[in-house]
This record gives sequence, C-alpha cells and structure tokens, in this order.
Amino acid sequence: MTELIYLTVLLPLIGFLINGLFGSKIKNEKIIGTIGSGAIGLSFIVVLLILIETLGKPADQRVTIVTLFQWMKVGNLDISIAYQVDQLSILMALIVTGIGFLIHVYSIGYMHGDKGFWRFFAYLNLFIFAMMNLILADNFVLLFLGWEGVGLCSYLLIGFWYDRKFEKSTTASAAKKAFVINRIGDFGFLLGIFLIYMTFGSLNFTEVFTAANHIPVDESVVSFIALFLFIGAIGKSAQIPLFVWLPDAMAGPTPVSALIHAATMVTAGVYMVARCSIFYAMAPTIMMVVAIIGLLTAMFAATIGLVQNDIKKVLAYSTVSQLGYMFLALGVGAFTSGIFHVMTHAFFKALLFLGAGSVIHGMHHEQNIQKYGGLKKYMPVTFITFLIACIAIAGIPPFSGFFSKDEILWYSYAKGNFLFWLIGALTALITAFYMFRLLSLTFFGKERFDKHHVHPHESPKVMTVPLIILAFFSIVAGFIGIPEVFSGEGGNQIKNWLAPVFADAHSKKITYGMPSHFVEILLMVISVAGAAAAIWLARHVYLTKPGLADQIANRMKKGYSVLLNKYYVDEIYNKLIVQPIYKVSDGFLFKFTDVKIIDGTINRTASLIDLFSNNIKRIQTGVAQFYAIIMMIGIVIALFWIIVSLI
Amino acid sequence: MIEQYIPIFLVLAFAITFGVVTVFSSEIFGPKRPTSEKLSTYESGMKPIGTTTERISIKYYMVAMLFIIFDLEVIFVYPWAVQFRSLYNEFGMFAFYSMLVFLIVFEIGYLYAYKKGGFNWD
Amino acid sequence: MIPTALEFQLLLPVLIIAAGILISLIIEMFSSKSEKILPWFSIALFVSTAYYSLLTVGHERIIFNSMLAAGGTANIFFFVFTFGAAIVTLISIDYIKKIGMYYGEYYILLQSAVLGMMLMANAQDLVMIFMGLEQMSVCFYILAGFNRKKIKSNEAAMKYFLLGAFATGFIVYGIALMYGVAQTMSIPAIANGLLIYSDNIIFVAGLLLFIIGFSFKIAAVPFHMWVPDVYQGSPTSITALMSTGGKAAAFSSLLIIFTPLFATTQSTLFQPYLVVIATLSMLLGSIVAIAQTDLKRMLAYSSISHAGYILIGVAAGSELGIASVIFYLSAYTFMNLGTFGIISMIENKDEGNLSLNDYSGLGNKKPMLAALLAIFMFALAGIPPFAGFFGKYYVFIAAIESNLTWLAIVGVLSSVISIYFYLRVVVVMYFQKDENILNVEDSSPALLGIMISALLVIVMGIAPGSIINLISNFVK
Repeated sequence: MTELIYLTVLLPLIGFLINGLFGSKIKNEKIIGTIGSGAIGLSFIVVLLILIETLGKPADQRVTIVTLFQWMKVGNLDISIAYQVDQLSILMALIVTGIGFLIHVYSIGYMHGDKGFWRFFAYLNLFIFAMMNLILADNFVLLFLGWEGVGLCSYLLIGFWYDRKFEKSTTASAAKKAFVINRIGDFGFLLGIFLIYMTFGSLNFTEVFTAANHIPVDESVVSFIALFLFIGAIGKSAQIPLFVWLPDAMAGPTPVSALIHAATMVTAGVYMVARCSIFYAMAPTIMMVVAIIGLLTAMFAATIGLVQNDIKKVLAYSTVSQLGYMFLALGVGAFTSGIFHVMTHAFFKALLFLGAGSVIHGMHHEQNIQKYGGLKKYMPVTFITFLIACIAIAGIPPFSGFFSKDEILWYSYAKGNFLFWLIGALTALITAFYMFRLLSLTFFGKERFDKHHVHPHESPKVMTVPLIILAFFSIVAGFIGIPEVFSGEGGNQIKNWLAPVFADAHSKKITYGMPSHFVEILLMVISVAGAAAAIWLARHVYLTKPGLADQIANRMKKGYSVLLNKYYVDEIYNKLIVQPIYKVSDGFLFKFTDVKIIDGTINRTASLIDLFSNNIKRIQTGVAQFYAIIMMIGIVIALFWIIVSLI
Repeated sequence: MIEQYIPIFLVLAFAITFGVVTVFSSEIFGPKRPTSEKLSTYESGMKPIGTTTERISIKYYMVAMLFIIFDLEVIFVYPWAVQFRSLYNEFGMFAFYSMLVFLIVFEIGYLYAYKKGGFNWD
Repeated sequence: MIPTALEFQLLLPVLIIAAGILISLIIEMFSSKSEKILPWFSIALFVSTAYYSLLTVGHERIIFNSMLAAGGTANIFFFVFTFGAAIVTLISIDYIKKIGMYYGEYYILLQSAVLGMMLMANAQDLVMIFMGLEQMSVCFYILAGFNRKKIKSNEAAMKYFLLGAFATGFIVYGIALMYGVAQTMSIPAIANGLLIYSDNIIFVAGLLLFIIGFSFKIAAVPFHMWVPDVYQGSPTSITALMSTGGKAAAFSSLLIIFTPLFATTQSTLFQPYLVVIATLSMLLGSIVAIAQTDLKRMLAYSSISHAGYILIGVAAGSELGIASVIFYLSAYTFMNLGTFGIISMIENKDEGNLSLNDYSGLGNKKPMLAALLAIFMFALAGIPPFAGFFGKYYVFIAAIESNLTWLAIVGVLSSVISIYFYLRVVVVMYFQKDENILNVEDSSPALLGIMISALLVIVMGIAPGSIINLISNFVK
C-alpha cells in the first residue's frame, strides 16, 4: 500500500494536465470540477489507506522510502525522485489532500461562471502536486523543487484575476510582490542546502540527519545551516521581516487564500523546520532566534488585525499571527505542538476563509466589514460554522484551537521563559478580540449595506457542505492532542504518533524543568478566562455600545492610524529598500551595465558570429566534386597526422 | 602463405595470355574489309559520338538489374553445389536448409520483379 | 559450427524485421489495398521488435561464430532504430500522400534500411559492419530520391550516392589494410592483438580510414559537406530517419570499433582526431546554422553540431562516455523525429512552407503544433528539463572526468551559440505577426508520432538518472 504513495503525486498531476491542456475545450464546469476535485479526493483516499496500514505497524517500522527513479547522479550527488512516507509526511499529506479536496469542491460553487474556471482548477491541481512533492520528498532537492512549485502556483493564483484592480494597483503586482519576497527567502534556503551538501556530502534526508546525529560537526556550521533554512521558512511562512506579501496575497480568489495562504503552503516553512529539527536542536542560539521571531510576528500581526476593515485582511493578519505561534513552538523545542497547531489551524483557518468567501459571495464581492452587519439571518449555515471557527481560534475548550494553542503556551512557559508565555497569552487575547469583532460586525448588529442593491443570500450546497465538514473537524480535531495532564501519561495521541520523528532532536537537548500540574492547569485557566473576557469585550464594544469603537479610535488617533497602516512597514520597505534598489538597478545596472556592457558585448559577439556564419556558408557551393575535394583534404591531413604521430 | 595464392596467379596468367593471344591472333590472321561502321570506336552498339545528356531507355536497366539476381544466384549456388558433399558431412541438413532459405529470399525478389512488370518489354 | 536454436532466438529482433520485409514484399505483390495495410504492418513490426529488444536486453553475447552480437547495447540501439522507424512511419502515412509519392517500396525500403542499421549495431565482424552499412546506405540513396518528380530530391540522391560511395571506398580500403595486418576480420580477434597492431602503421592507417568513412556517415566536419544539400532535398520523413537512425547506426559501429580500443593502454590513440573533428563539427554546425533561413537546412547544420557533441562522449573514451553517447543518441533521435514530424505536417504539396518566415504566427494558428515544436526546440537547444539538456550534460561530465575539460567548455560555448537559432524558431512562432495564410492539413497518425516523441523527450528529461544507469549496466 505504502508503495502507492506515488499516486498521491501523480493524480493531481494528471488532473493538472487534463484541465490545463484540454480545459479550454471541455468548457463544461461540472466535468472540469469533477476531474479537479476527484484527483485530490482519490489522493486523499490513498493517503488514508496508507495511514491505516501504517497504524498497524510497530512504531519503529513506520518509515518507508519509496524510490520512483533516479533523477541524476554526479559523483557523490545522487538525487532520486523518492518519497519518504513517515509519521510527519503522512500527517501533512492528510491535511493537504483532505482540506485540499474540500476546498476544490467549494471552488466549484465559488468560481461558478468565471471565465477562467478551467485555469483555476488546473492551477489548484498543480499546486497540490507541488505541495505533495514538498512534503513527501526524501531529499532537499526534491523538497526545493516542490517549494518553488508551490511558490509558482501561489504567484499564478494571486494574479489569477490579472485584469482586476487590487487596492492601489493590480493583482499582478501583488503576485509579483509575493514572488519577489519569496525569492529572498529561497535564496537563504538555497544557501542552506549548499552548506548541507558541503558539510555532509549528501542531500538525502536520512543520510544527512543520521550524519548530523552521529558525526561531530562544528556548532557554528550547524547554526549557519539552521539559520539559512530558517530564512527560507521566514519567506514562505510570512514571518517578520518578510511577512508583507501575505496580506497582499489576498488579491487572489478566496479559496486560494484558504488553501494556499492559510492552510497549507504557508505552513511549509514550519514543516521544513520541523523536518530539520535535528539541526535546530544542535543550534540553541538559532532556536532562540526562531522563538523570538515567531513570538514577535504573532504579537505584531495580531495588533494589526485589530483595526483592519477588509474581512480577508483580518484573516490574513490572523494567519501571520498564528504562523508566529507555530514558530514559537518550534523555537522552544515543542516540535510536536508546532505540527499539531499546523493541523488544527488548517481546519479552522480554512473554515474562516471559506466562510468569508461565502459571505463575499453572498454580498456581491463586498469585502469591507463596515458594510456588512446582521447577516446572521440571511446565511445561517455560514454564520454557525464561522462562529465555531472563531471559538476554535480564540482557544475556548473543547474546540481544537484550545488544545494546540495551549500546548504551545505551556511549552513556552515550561521552557523557563515567563515573558514568552505572557506575550503569547496576550496575543491569544487579542486574537479572541479581533475575531469576535469580525464576527460581530459581520453577522450581528444593524444591516449597514445598501438593501436596494445588495441582497444577501446563503451559498449553494456545494459550498456549505465543505463548511460543515470543516466545522466538524474544527471542533473535534483537538481531541487527538489532549494534554497529558488530563489524559494521563502517554495519553496525547499526536505526540505519541510524531515522537519517533523528533526522537533524535529531543535526545540532543531540550530538557524541561517540568513545573507542577497545578501550574499547568492554572495557566490554562488564565488564558481561557482571558479569551472569554476578550470575547465579551468585543461584543460589548461592537454590539452593545456601537460608537464606542470610534470614540476609542478618536481618542488614540496616532496609535490607531499606525495600526491601520500596518506600522507603515510597506512604506518603510519601499523607502529604504525598494526605492534605492530600484534607482541603482535602473540608473546603473540597467542603463549602464546591462545596456552598455552586457548587451554591447553580446551584440558585438553576435554580429561577429553572424559575419562568420555568412562567410562560412559560402563554402557550401553545391558542387559535389568540390565536396569530395574538401573530404580528401581532411583525409590527407588526418593520414599525415597519424603517420607523423606514430613515427 | 604466398603458396596459397598460386592457383589465383595461374588463372591470372592464363587470362592474360588468353586475352593477348586472341586479340593479336585475330589481328594477324583475320581478313580485313573495313567499312565506316567497323572503323568507328566500339561502344557496345551505341553511337560513339552524341550529346552527353542522351537518354538511355529504362528497359536496359531493368534487364541489367534482373541479371544481377541470376548472377548472384549462380555465384552462390555453384560453389555450394560443388562442395555440397563435404558440407553435408560437416553440417548435415543445415547446409541444405541455409541454401533453401537463401533461394526463397531470392525467389521472392524475382517474383516481385515479375509481378511489378519487370519482364514486360513494352 | 551449426548455430544453435538459442542463437537464433537471441537474434530474433533482426530476424523479425528480415521476415517482415519478405512479408511486406508479398503484401505489396498480391494485395490491392497494400497502401492501407503496409504502413500499419510496418508499425506493428517495428513496435513489436522494439518491445522485444527492450524485453530481452540482457548482457551482450557473441553469436554466429563471432559474426554477430546479441543483447546489451545492441538491443538498446535496436530499440532506438525500430521505435524511431515506427514514429517515422506514422509521420509518413499522410505525408507521402500529400507529396504524391506513394509507392509500396517506400515502407519496404524503410524496413530494409532499419535492418541494415541493426546489423551495424550488432556486428562483430568488419564484413558484417560493411554489409549493414551498405544495406542501410543503398536504401537511403533510393529513399533520398524518392520524390522523383522533384529535381531537388534527385539532386540529393545523386550527391548522397556519389559522396557516400566515395566514403565507402575508404571504409573498404581501411578494412583491407586492417585485414592485411591482422589476418582476420573478426573484431574480438582483432581486439585481442590490438596492443601489437597499434604500433603497426599500416593497421593504424587502416583503422583511421575506417573511422574517417564513418565520420562521413555521422556528418562530422570536414566530411559533412553532403549533409545540408541531402537533408534539404530529401523528403522530410526520410531526412528524419537519416538524421536519427542513420546517425545512431554509424555511431553504434564506431562504438563497436572503439570499445575494445578503450580497454587497452592505447585508449587515447585517436583522441586528437576525435577532439579535432568534434570541435570543428560543434562550432561550424552552430555558427553556420545561424545564417540559414530554410528550416530543414538549419536542422542539417544542427545535426552536424550534435554529431560534434556526441563525439565528445566518444573522445572521452570511458564507460560513462559510451553510456552518455547512447543516451544522447536516443534523446537526439526522438527530439529530431518530433521536429521533422512537425515540419512534414506544415510542409505543403510543393515543398513550400519550409522557410522560417512561414512559421510566423503558428502559435495562434496551430497552438498544439507550436507548443510541441517549442518543446523540441528547447530540447535541441539543451534547456532543462528536456532530454537534450541531460544528453549534453552527461557528455560534458564524461569529458571532464577524462581530463578534456576544455572540450566541454567548447561544447558549452557552441550550445550557447546554438540557442540563438533554436529559440529564433520559437520567437517567430509566437511573437512575429503572421502575414501569410498557412493551410496545415491535419494528420492524426503524424500527430500521434510527434506526441509520443515529445513524451519520450520529457520522460528522458525527468528520469535521466535511471535511464543512464540502465545503459551503463550494459556497457562493458
């Protein structure tokens, strides 16, 4: 069964090829949608079967490497298209194909009538193909290939409506921004891969990690490797300072935001760091860097999310913030919790985005939450599922978000840093606040839209059913990670499942001064109480006393506008980095170096070759006797040479 | 080593002698009644002088190629037939079958030429 | 010694084709529908042989009193020839009708040419090599002039015949000299005494003349002069086979001759010669191709430069070098067949639509054909992830490992030059305004052949490692 893993990669590729090559001819949305979703659905079933089989094996035999074929081999470098099926990749594959399938189905409804319907499904399938390569790869090269592949799909899908306006410019420039900023991260990632090859002489996961575990390597080298890889993760997972592309990525269709920019692709950085956990375990300094950047990002993005008015923007900043949480978990050595949060987050964030998509769909593409209000009675299913997602992200037990988020907070405290916990918990409160602000403004209160032109309506079944399924998992997904304080020693299922993957990293270091169960429960109660308070406050400010929010905003004008303008990060980057680079590029690199030196050289060379070419071709006279003479001259020279060289 | 070639040299010597003797004896003993036809250069019945682009009927080529079939057949079959007894002693019926296959291949070619009208003079 | 049944079984790919030729003759004789039957019969014949050759690839064995070999690299070459010929047949079906040159002999001669190639690839005796070469060449001489109402086709056949016979003369002379010294024509026997012979000037001169004769067949400079005229004048489908199967067959014979040489201490004896003609071929082919406006002529020069790249692998003289040569030949076969297939589809009745400008705007008019042609152009130019890139890559790696780094550098430079004329085709197709009206007759068999080629070019670009491993297993 495990050998069939290649199907999970092949099926999306086939879907992509069919829809991409013949989609424009098929035209029928039902067929295209069925092919697109079916490919992913079948992949999901395959992964599920593999999971069931793997569960039946003893814990130390759950890693299988499935080699399809050798790609290239040069000296020591042996790169194969091979997939590593282990606990971590199976979990990630389940998330990607499962949620991917639901979002594909949802898209059939959401993209109905779009002129690029087939293109959309082709891109989505290509994305799943690349993402599966990324998470299943057994070596860094294939991982990088998938990494670039998802980047490309992200670019294509952000700019999907390339003819539409987005904010001050176009969706195309948002796509470009995402691509360019990702390249900065990729650059670091590539350096990391080079350094790994230099140090360990291999790019195969098993070989590299075994070597790292057993052969003594200079800590500074490992630190650099870890740092470079983390730079890659920063780019892909939108952390400070490279997070600016993710909010702009909302220019793409909403299912794309749900699939790529919330549930799966942006967690690739988390996955990659977790996969390379051994390096981080060996480089404590870099781990600290990871934790701090994660924490700062979580806080920073959450505060921006407080005041945004675009429904997708709020969710985007919330995603950045939650990704920060995951890196915090990785940074304090709680790799399992990080991956656990990836999973729960995938469910409720996908649900939030799809719910937002449903609202946008019902409100004729209006995205400003100030122009919503009272939608509860128009779209009941969307409302209930959205509510569930909000509760989950706010961390109210027993919804899934509670378990994963609380575990992260607990480990950041257990790691011995109270400040980590404090900022983390504070961020959780802010999260609860802005999510319920969003909920209140959208579904409760006065109807602030123009009733003559806008007629809100519930979305079709094909969209609401995925919402319901996701809502179900948003509620129950947490139960596989019940903290041991409640479930007893070894009662945390996901921890047991993932333990072998991180065994080496844990053996390297990471010892927790384990505070008592009392402290753990106390902290839990505090954060839950705080979240509940934040929810009450949000309802109070935005529902019970409408206008209060404006008063607060007026009183703290400066702070408000700083937040509203996202700390002016875009403007600062523009002034400090983009403009100077642009000037140097345009003035020196382009107009002088490129045009004068490079183009000049090439043009001269080209005209020289052209001259040669036009002269040499005259030898071809068309007279057969002349051809024979040329041959004869060649033969005579060759014979002369052989005689001279032998005598 | 060189001894092996003695028969060839003998044949060569005989051929040369034969050629020289016949040409010169006809020159010496033959009667001479020259006509303009007889005095012109010998070109196998063609006119010796004419334009270079003169076309020759395709039929001659057909005959020439058909001749090759029989020519090759004779070249292979004759020595085979002469040596068949010793070949049979050494290889058994294989010696016979190999020539049979060879002939079948040849006859298919012959039949093909016949079917395609290679023997029709007009 | 009577050949055993096993020996016949090992030789089955060759025997299938030989029997196929006879059956084709009978079909052509007696059936009035031979025009419909023959092409599909040929395809079935070629594909089954190709499949069987791959199936029984195994290790090389010497059979028939050391006249022939079976298995190993020979079978890989069999696959390339027969599968390539199957694609050529697919391309031909509608093309020869369009040009108006259908005669039953077309497919029979095609099969005969393939039989000759196969004998060249598995010969273990100089006479067998010569026989295979002549069988292939004679068929090609006829096929080149097959479009007999067109003066260019006649010219191509005549030139090819004259110069080919000239080159064959040197091959025979070379064989005679080698025989004079070695007293045998059997290649394994010659290989045994190679160290003694390699000091003998007569033997080495004979070997050189033999190699020169094959340098003509592979179209290496300065023995390339026939190539542009013949490739341009011949019917496109025949050019396709000549430039791929013909070239691969000549290289297979060269490898048969060179492989024992590489095993001796004299392995670099002919390296200077190979290096010089490789360099000249690469550079001249790439540079002159730039000035061409006729697509077939351009591809003729491209074929010359590709011969140069492949010669780098031969010059490297290592196992990897030989494996890379075989890989390159297979890759080149399929990308070139695809390209010529597209050209044959676009070419019109009067051999028009062959110049580069006729392809302007093809991207809009025939998006499918244009995309496929773009793939083949990228592959020929050596752009990853297509087969052409890895062909060059392995050849260069082999050169570097044999301390011929500078040759690899020349190869890279020449590739850079060649990108210009390959990509120009893509530019013309997609970015040039179309002024002309292009009537392309659809041909589903040809399109099928082209798509199979494209698929192979992509597969060989995606999984080159596994394929080169497979080939290396069978290189001694």
